[in-house]
Amino acid sequence: MKMENKNTKPHREDVCPSQKGKLDLETARAKVAGTSGPEFWRSLEELAGSPDFQDMLHREFPKGASEWLDSASRRGFLKLMGASLAMAGMTACTKQPLEPIVPYVKQPEEVVPGRPLFFATAFTLGGYASPVLVESHLYRPTKIEGNDRHPASLGGTDIFSQASILGMYDPDRSQTITYLGDVRTWGDLVNAVRGPLSVQKGLQGAGLRILTPTISSPTLADQLHTLLKAYPGAKWHVYEPVNRDQVLEGAKMAFGQPVETRYDFEKADVILSLDADFLYAGFPGSPRYIRDFAKRRNPETGEMNRLYVVESTPSSTGARADHRLPVRAAEVESLAGALASALGGKGSASAAGAEREKFIAAIQKELQSHRGSSVVIAGDHQSPEVHLLAHLLNETLGNVGNTVFYTDPVDANPLNQTDSLKDLVADMRGSKVDLLLILGGNPVYDAPADLGFADALKNTNIPLRVHLGLYQNETAELCQWHVNEAHYLEAWGDARAYDGTVSVVQPLIAPLYDGRSACELVSMLSGQPQTKGHEIVQTYWKTQHSGADFDTFWRKSLHDGWIEGTAFTAKPVALKTAGSPATASVDEKAIEINFRRDPSIYDGQFANNGWLQELPKPMNKMTWDNPVIVGPAMAERLGLKSEDLVELELNGKKITAPVWIQVGHPDNSLTVFLGYGRKRAGRVGTGAGFDMYQLRSSAAPWFTTGVVVRRTGDTYKLATTQGYQTMDTPVGARPLVRTATLEEYRKEPDFAKEEQPPAELTLYKPYPYASEPYAWGIAIDMNACVGCNNCILACQSENNIPVVGKEQTVLGRHMHWLRVDAYYQGDRDNPKAYFQPVPCQQCENAPCEVVCPVGATVHSSEGLNDMVYNRCVGTRYCSDNCPYKVRRFNFLLFQDWDTPQLKMMRNPDVSVRSRGVMEKCTYCIQRISQHRIDSEREDRRIQDGELQTACQQSCPANAIVFGNINDPNSQVSKWKAQSRNYGLLADLNTRPRTTYLADIRNPNPELESKEGHS
Amino acid sequence: MDERNKSAPVIEPGHTLGSVTDKISSIVLTRPTSNGWFVGFGIAFLITMMLLFAISYLFVKGIGIWGVNIPVGWGFAIVNFVWWIGIGHAGTLISAILLLLRQSWRNSINRFAEAMTLFAVASAGIFPLIHVGRPWLAYWLIPYPNTMKVWPQFRSPLVWDVFAVSTYATISALFWFIGLIPDLATLRDRSEERWKKIVYGMLAMGWRGSARHWHRYETAYLLLAGLATPLVLSVHTVVSLDFAVGIVPGWHTTIFPPYFVAGAIYSGFAMVLMLAIPIRKIFSLQDFITERHLDNSAKVMLATGLIVAYGYVVEAFMGWYGGNRYDAFLLWNRLHGPYSFFYYMLLSCNIVIPQVLWFPKLRTNPVWLFMISGVVLVGMWLERFIIVVVSLHRDFLTSSWGMYYPTRWDWMTYVGTIGLFLSAMFLFVRLLPMISIFEMRTLLPEAEVKE
Repeated sequence: MKMENKNTKPHREDVCPSQKGKLDLETARAKVAGTSGPEFWRSLEELAGSPDFQDMLHREFPKGASEWLDSASRRGFLKLMGASLAMAGMTACTKQPLEPIVPYVKQPEEVVPGRPLFFATAFTLGGYASPVLVESHLYRPTKIEGNDRHPASLGGTDIFSQASILGMYDPDRSQTITYLGDVRTWGDLVNAVRGPLSVQKGLQGAGLRILTPTISSPTLADQLHTLLKAYPGAKWHVYEPVNRDQVLEGAKMAFGQPVETRYDFEKADVILSLDADFLYAGFPGSPRYIRDFAKRRNPETGEMNRLYVVESTPSSTGARADHRLPVRAAEVESLAGALASALGGKGSASAAGAEREKFIAAIQKELQSHRGSSVVIAGDHQSPEVHLLAHLLNETLGNVGNTVFYTDPVDANPLNQTDSLKDLVADMRGSKVDLLLILGGNPVYDAPADLGFADALKNTNIPLRVHLGLYQNETAELCQWHVNEAHYLEAWGDARAYDGTVSVVQPLIAPLYDGRSACELVSMLSGQPQTKGHEIVQTYWKTQHSGADFDTFWRKSLHDGWIEGTAFTAKPVALKTAGSPATASVDEKAIEINFRRDPSIYDGQFANNGWLQELPKPMNKMTWDNPVIVGPAMAERLGLKSEDLVELELNGKKITAPVWIQVGHPDNSLTVFLGYGRKRAGRVGTGAGFDMYQLRSSAAPWFTTGVVVRRTGDTYKLATTQGYQTMDTPVGARPLVRTATLEEYRKEPDFAKEEQPPAELTLYKPYPYASEPYAWGIAIDMNACVGCNNCILACQSENNIPVVGKEQTVLGRHMHWLRVDAYYQGDRDNPKAYFQPVPCQQCENAPCEVVCPVGATVHSSEGLNDMVYNRCVGTRYCSDNCPYKVRRFNFLLFQDWDTPQLKMMRNPDVSVRSRGVMEKCTYCIQRISQHRIDSEREDRRIQDGELQTACQQSCPANAIVFGNINDPNSQVSKWKAQSRNYGLLADLNTRPRTTYLADIRNPNPELESKEGHS
Repeated sequence: MDERNKSAPVIEPGHTLGSVTDKISSIVLTRPTSNGWFVGFGIAFLITMMLLFAISYLFVKGIGIWGVNIPVGWGFAIVNFVWWIGIGHAGTLISAILLLLRQSWRNSINRFAEAMTLFAVASAGIFPLIHVGRPWLAYWLIPYPNTMKVWPQFRSPLVWDVFAVSTYATISALFWFIGLIPDLATLRDRSEERWKKIVYGMLAMGWRGSARHWHRYETAYLLLAGLATPLVLSVHTVVSLDFAVGIVPGWHTTIFPPYFVAGAIYSGFAMVLMLAIPIRKIFSLQDFITERHLDNSAKVMLATGLIVAYGYVVEAFMGWYGGNRYDAFLLWNRLHGPYSFFYYMLLSCNIVIPQVLWFPKLRTNPVWLFMISGVVLVGMWLERFIIVVVSLHRDFLTSSWGMYYPTRWDWMTYVGTIGLFLSAMFLFVRLLPMISIFEMRTLLPEAEVKE
């Protein structure tokens, strides 16, 4: 008797690609039997992912087929392998990099065991550097923090840099150089390349092709340029699936040259986003932009900005908008055009619909009255015309030089990457390529489907193909040589941040598997196979450094994390064109499909990162999958429910994937996230989700029409961490997120307060916390929070929080100590959205404590609700009784206790919990203890601000403040004294130490009064 | 004997002291073990083995094999624990309270009702031990001097549970065993085989039936009855406090103690009837377990069922009248939420269907009674499910709402304890006198003391 009810989604076991290949068990066996040794495992995994094998599985074992794709089962299965594989190439001890590296805060006169050191380095994504500080325990990097002295970070980070620490320790990383799958040495590679290179020398390099991802590294770019000088016929191609071609083309249209656009949101009173998700990781400069944006969202200090967002896919930026207009991506262009002509004084162009006209008119008015203090920003995926229009608007409004700046491009080789890849494929097909070097990236998986890159690579008989990569991925499989790349935490390099500032990437640890960096590989091509990365980077900067004392310069650059004077200065560029471009017409009826980078795993390169896979996507809290996102109206029209499987057909290509209904999604439009459906990602990422690159074409990489949606009648289970995203119940709304408009707030500042039961209303004698030196508390400003998810990962990394896998997430057993609840309110087609980060509330009257039978959760004199893991027997009574449901239970052995790499990664100051134990947010008590010890040794109190929790430290928005509420002058006390401060569920008399500052929106009265919902 | 019940005696006429003893002791000593018993016991034993398997796997893997999650941290284990403990209550009520109230009709059913209590408590007791995350440390709930110098946390109702349930188990076992001593002596004296004489003899603890023995026996029995009586009320009160002390909407209510006790007796009598009806048929004990017993038990069910119904009404009323947004939602969720089917099932099983017991004819009809008792047992199980799961799955923050689906391991464990219970009952009816021989004899006219 299974519990059944009308709300239950029909249970579906699994899904499989629908191809009906004619592979039978015998063939499969033969395929496996044909391989041997270490090859076997890869083949099996690869085999498991192949559509033929899946098909066979489903025919043979309909029930168990999903086991092959399910991470939890596979993890158990591969654990045995993992332990043995993992040990190859590493010992239990860590190795110190040989070259001197400079610690950030404390000089390593003596390494004090138990005391971490911090080193500055930079994480690179899409060419843009995120400056970070890395916490190192005895030369083991354990945690990524933002570099608070770097202008691109100011202490904030993004989710990808936070998760990169797991990427480094990923046991599935490629661990050796291979030739056709067999283990080889660096020397073998050097020998293998020597011959073909000398042949190329004779041909002027006519057959040499280098394919890289976006590179901003001055050193590597210099190396490549030098190489190209030696081989004038060689070509350097650049391709990344999530590229900025549209931005580039837009800039070229506008200025005739590639420029980088930088914004100063701190000075912007009015912001119009044309489908730009600039408040989420992956947008260049997002940590800094979030910081600047959030600074202007404080109703107490200064004037609040106003954010208008026109967007095609609901994003966290749209959620923070004061006014949001959901439109199909293709319509943004005409809207922007209408606005441009309106501002140009040519009257309103065709903005279909009264609502849009009103919206445009209001924005027009606002922008006009904020000349020089507004920003128009276009999304990376929008057409070049939209970018041109944005440039035009900024120019017209006099923003350029005030809030918008143009600089040289950060990209060292700014070219149209799609065209670049097209050229390469054409050359490959034309048999012009003799030696192909793929320096990172995974084009076999993520190149536009119509280019047939994989096919070209496989079938054109390029004599020598070398792939450098962190993983033995899909591309590695089709290259004879694979070189295991050194992770950025293991290698020397450099990279530019969004403002051009160069950071030297210094390694924190010697390469775990003797990996090589791109610099070293290129150096090898230049005939210097033994030159180390350190030497390469240093040599380059010696040529760049003009001052006398290079050593001081070098040390300072390493110490600070960036090289002084490398930031690009704003350069004056003139608009080539004055008039707005002709905007393309849009077919209203055709269904639009949007391809977007995934909020969690980006373009697929983080597919094997469990933290990111399990990180709930900001808007729908989805994990482990990339469903097809549709709006409620469209779903209704097509008769679709969330988790229904549909078949998408575009340009003759078909993909079967589940549907997820996302409120606020524009009608007649779909969004799919890229990066899933990997076939060779590793034990975590292989098989998760659906490969949407198969539908993506080079002609329309971001959105197009003509997709056909068909219901298959099947369903597919999706794993979200928040099933209900509304505060409304049939018997009334719950005041969880309290919100008001700025106007309402000014009228009634105390609107968020509600009557609290008196403190003495408890059976037990209240503890005199006020007489203690410290009483810890947190205040969270929901006005500043942009839902970027950074705090979740910072907490996961700091507190050794395990990943549980999709199956367990479906059951509701994810382990995040801190979650960000997302709620929607109002019109389902364009709701208001709110983010509420929920750590443990550290209630003074903690309901969990009284019910624990063994005293495993007890109150400290400083007001913290402590968990004593060793004492916990696991009755789960505390969790039942926790009204905030912030407690997390180890239902199974979720921690990986065996993989040696993961042991090295963990924070040694935090217990690694075992099965059967409850855990929860501790306000980073390990950090409190450390600072308490320090302060006591120095006979002083812990100063306000010297101690930050992990979530607070990483928050780019500065939305979280932790501190001593017994000190009336502390930041947290000041926040809590604000009138919009309130406690969540405080009417239960829990007296939470975590409180929230109510969300104040700043809508345009003109739009607000008439629209009702904006 | 009571005048009013002349029509339905508690023991059919025609029995003598000897025939009573013969009839009851023969079941144990001389009656050949039927194939039916072997089949029944065999099935129950296999189910018990399934329980052992489920628990072993649980210990190996962890409680993640069950359906519990966050927010529903408690699932089948606690539902079953409360259900079994409740069932046990009828036995204590019959043997202790009815003894003190001098309800002599209890004499023919108290023995197996007590056995039922004991086995139900054993089944119940498994759950709190295995449902914790680290069962090897479950003993930390017991206060004992230890090198850690840590005591249990006495404010927690789970610690009160430990006291309540362990006391209850101890008293029930003692009470049952002391009541058995005179009959064990009878079996010893009547056994033909030597080993039986030895085993029963040791268990009889040297009972010779002297006046002194009888005096001490009566004193001890009465004392234990006095001790057991408050337990009938206190044990389930404490169990109800597990919920009432919590702040979860649907748990945090003061009506829980009386409502739980009534519910416990309700389900307990249902179980007594479900056991008594087949037993009297199979072992031809209609003379001893008469229609009077069935009638009385049905009346108790009817009365306690109405108390339970009152509890539901008050809960619903307070949900509506109290004006608390969380309680109001709880009521809505019970009526319209994803588990509403089970709430309506619960209302029918516990309130609507048992109302047929107002018909005297049905109260003495074994088939009807058997079926209604089954319905009540299902209903009372559902009641605990509604309280535990439906309250937890949607509490304060809508963001944390979830669902609970039991897994096969949940079911195996639950059904397994039914197997354990039945196995024990099968052994009991085969090895010990299931009706108190000496107490039955006191019901005979010969035993009446004429003054």
